Amino acid sequence: MTIIANAFFCLGVFFMFFGAIGIIRFPDLYTRLHPAGKAGTAGILSIFIGLIFITGWSALTMRIILITLFIVITSPVAAHIIARGALEAGVKPWKND
Amino acid sequence: MNPLLWLINALSFIALLSLFRIIAGPTHFDRLIGLNLMVAITTAIIVVMAVYYNHLVYLDVALVYAILGFVSVIAISKYLTGRELHR
Repeated sequence: MTIIANAFFCLGVFFMFFGAIGIIRFPDLYTRLHPAGKAGTAGILSIFIGLIFITGWSALTMRIILITLFIVITSPVAAHIIARGALEAGVKPWKND
Repeated sequence: MNPLLWLINALSFIALLSLFRIIAGPTHFDRLIGLNLMVAITTAIIVVMAVYYNHLVYLDVALVYAILGFVSVIAISKYLTGRELHR
């Protein structure tokens, strides 16, 4: 069980780390929004699945599932709201000249 | 060393990486993107600490923190576009 949990932790840290690298390296707001949304959702999902493997079936598990559901629902909504707000505020998309 | 402590260290380092975009973003929406990722990472750190110390209270703190992060992202985005909330 611990080995499976550690594998899920490594997967989650992998997603989160390359999401942060993408946020630093990408040239534009709309391209930076892509790793931000994916890294938040996928990394947190992997880490919480690993934590469920550690805790087993206890009082912690249902609340971890509740937090996971909330984040999986709200993180893409937040990314969408940021993108629409930036488009309405007049941020120009990046062009490769 | 416990792998949960390594996980907390790695997540703190990644939060520091996303702090770069909050400091150096050209527009305010870039700072909002970095803030969104940092809220997600902080929620993960609080949940890992709840499992490490075996405290049930930290999970409520993490849930309230996630809700506050989502609502604050919506409020700041609507404030920057100058639009009303109900539409």
